[in-house]
Amino acid sequence: MAWAGKILRVDLGKGTCTSEPLNMKWARDYIGQRGLATKYFTEEVDPKVDPLSPQNKIIWATGPLTGTMASTGGRYSVITKGALTGAVACSNSGGYWGAELKMAGWDMIVFEGKSPKPVYLYIENDNAKLLDADWLWGKSVWDTEPAIKAKHQDPQIRVSCIGRAAEAGCLYAAVINDLHRAAGRSGVGTVMGSKNLKAIAVRGTKGVGNIRDPKGFMKATTEAKKVLADNAVTGQGLPKFGTQVLMNVINEIGALPTRNHRDVQFEGAKDISAEAMHQPRKTDGKPTLVTNQACFGCTIACGRISKIDETHYTVQNRPEYWGASGGLEYEAAWALGAANGVKDLEALTYANFVCNEDGFDPISFGATVGAVMELYEMGVLKKEQLGIEALFGSAKALTYFAELTAKGEGFGKEIGLGSKRLTAKYGHPDLSMSVKGQEFPAYDSRGIQGMGLAYATSNRGACHLRGYTVASEVLGIPVKTDPLVTEGKAGLVKAFQDATAVFDSAGVCLFTSFAWTLANVQPQLATACTDEFTLEELNLIGERIWNMERDFNNRAGFSSEDDTLPKRLLTEPAKTGPAKGLTNGLDKMLPEYYQLRGWDEKGHLKPETRARLGL
Amino acid sequence: MQKSLYINADKCTGCLQCEMACSYENYGVFNPAKSRIKIFDFDHTGRKVPYTCTQCDEAWCLHACPVEAIKVDAATGAKVVLDDVCVGCKVCTIACPFGTINYVQDTGKVQKCDLCGGDPACAAACPTGAITYVDADWTGLERMKQWAAKVDNQPRA
Repeated sequence: MAWAGKILRVDLGKGTCTSEPLNMKWARDYIGQRGLATKYFTEEVDPKVDPLSPQNKIIWATGPLTGTMASTGGRYSVITKGALTGAVACSNSGGYWGAELKMAGWDMIVFEGKSPKPVYLYIENDNAKLLDADWLWGKSVWDTEPAIKAKHQDPQIRVSCIGRAAEAGCLYAAVINDLHRAAGRSGVGTVMGSKNLKAIAVRGTKGVGNIRDPKGFMKATTEAKKVLADNAVTGQGLPKFGTQVLMNVINEIGALPTRNHRDVQFEGAKDISAEAMHQPRKTDGKPTLVTNQACFGCTIACGRISKIDETHYTVQNRPEYWGASGGLEYEAAWALGAANGVKDLEALTYANFVCNEDGFDPISFGATVGAVMELYEMGVLKKEQLGIEALFGSAKALTYFAELTAKGEGFGKEIGLGSKRLTAKYGHPDLSMSVKGQEFPAYDSRGIQGMGLAYATSNRGACHLRGYTVASEVLGIPVKTDPLVTEGKAGLVKAFQDATAVFDSAGVCLFTSFAWTLANVQPQLATACTDEFTLEELNLIGERIWNMERDFNNRAGFSSEDDTLPKRLLTEPAKTGPAKGLTNGLDKMLPEYYQLRGWDEKGHLKPETRARLGL
Repeated sequence: MQKSLYINADKCTGCLQCEMACSYENYGVFNPAKSRIKIFDFDHTGRKVPYTCTQCDEAWCLHACPVEAIKVDAATGAKVVLDDVCVGCKVCTIACPFGTINYVQDTGKVQKCDLCGGDPACAAACPTGAITYVDADWTGLERMKQWAAKVDNQPRA
């Protein structure tokens, strides 16, 4: 079993909380978390809905392995129609909140409507109620969580909430839990804010007990943990260096997008790398990195906990920023750093802290600042309107923009719209480095060809967490493929996309897939849930989830025309490195991909594909 | 030879595998709320610190119990709560200077670490070696070794 078996439905308009039994047929067909919540979402919500209207819904969902001893079994996802993209959105977070919801006896929470005034949801096991949040509105994430704990006199409460960025309408606002873990992308926090929902506070003391075959499960999870411990990436690389282990690697292969993707290698990469985070500072002799940290149940522990140099310009005489907190992870270090040509590690760490403090996505934010800097250098944007000189490489501009965007002040209001809307407003839409309105993460698809297809077809807009072919093309997991060629990438992308959908629906972290394949997840799911979860069935479920998301996007108005990349990546060759002279060969991969997917030339599911997947 | 739980907080990542192992061992559920070992999160410093009963020789809980519901396990030295004797009066929770014996609403009894009869589940589950089960007379061994490594006894040139 492993599912709690019930969902909480919250009508924010009426102020009611109702318990419903979980649809077990859907649980068998979609597992949990991403798959199952998206099934509920696509069944209940009109694809054409305005993401910020009361008719949009937003779901917090756990997987069957969430809250168990399966390694990394603490994940939850937030599912809605994305404020940034207008596409289906599903943002995944770690920390402790997801497990706490499961411990309280709930698989998911479905919010519908809009509250007439700010509220937060308080859950204590079976009891859930909406409480006034007027006193919390206007507070940052870092102030909201302790305030809720203090009010309920319970330090063991876990909080998932928004900060001031979402309140101010930043379109890539995140949902943050445990102070620095984020359901970061696509503007799920913006949707939360649009509903006047400030926070979900949970205390769960019931635990997770209904494992189908407890002895088999303990054996399967123990074996799977050993696989993680014995693997060089999950057992050594990630705990020591975090995802930041990638910075120098990706730079060397010429796939580190730099200065809004003008370049593919960054001369300052080493200054913002994992190795730099370990390096003692000249000022106080201490490295930026304090320690690594795990999320609930995680035996990898890739999380970075850092402390900013107290004498750095960003935090001088501001002791509230002198504590240790989350970051830098690779994607954030890239987006705040290389994407803007900034190599001041302390400034990046500070900007990342601000992103967590007020809940907004450092990837979309950093990439949008990159577009702003390019427009500034072109003379389109002026110092007077920005409030600062914004040349590539300016740490001061970066941190200034972070502070403005956090509160929706000054030009931060425009940066909060994301690069697509901002560059269109100023007449240069081609300078938005995005797909379906969502900014790229830290891999240039001229140097890693498969990622171009993965970005172009990602159901939530440009993203590294939907089909991470970097694993194969760069790291050789599970097999090494040539990053500079397009041949074979259609099948590779599809395989990664389908498998990822299963990881994201099980309740475990995608980072396990550096060591695990579905063959390692399958025994854990089967012993926890049902022996119907065979490897063959999981593969089919992954493909079903992918196509369900695609079908929703098609009905929302997306088509093959949106499966594309910015002109820069298709027409401006990489200037340096192994990919020098190359553009992304999307046109060579896309038709084969559609064919493998069973879609017509417009990117719609063919009837036989629907029938085969039961959609 | 008796053994003790030895906790090295420097190695703790805060994954809570120990809390789940403890609750699973004693209640058959994954439930940190019922764990007898607890990880404390000092988020301002980034430190995660495991804490549980140290099995005092002159155990305050044992001496305070009015119904003699806490006994010494001769093999392990653990102070063990006898569920069928405990009346849930909670005097032991007041007597314990460290807070490591606590009331459980569901059972109406108190609970504390009993070293799992000599094979502690928390130590077995810990992925980093932050919790180990070592010779009770030598819990300082690892720290001594760390300091010993700093001793410079080579003849100087």
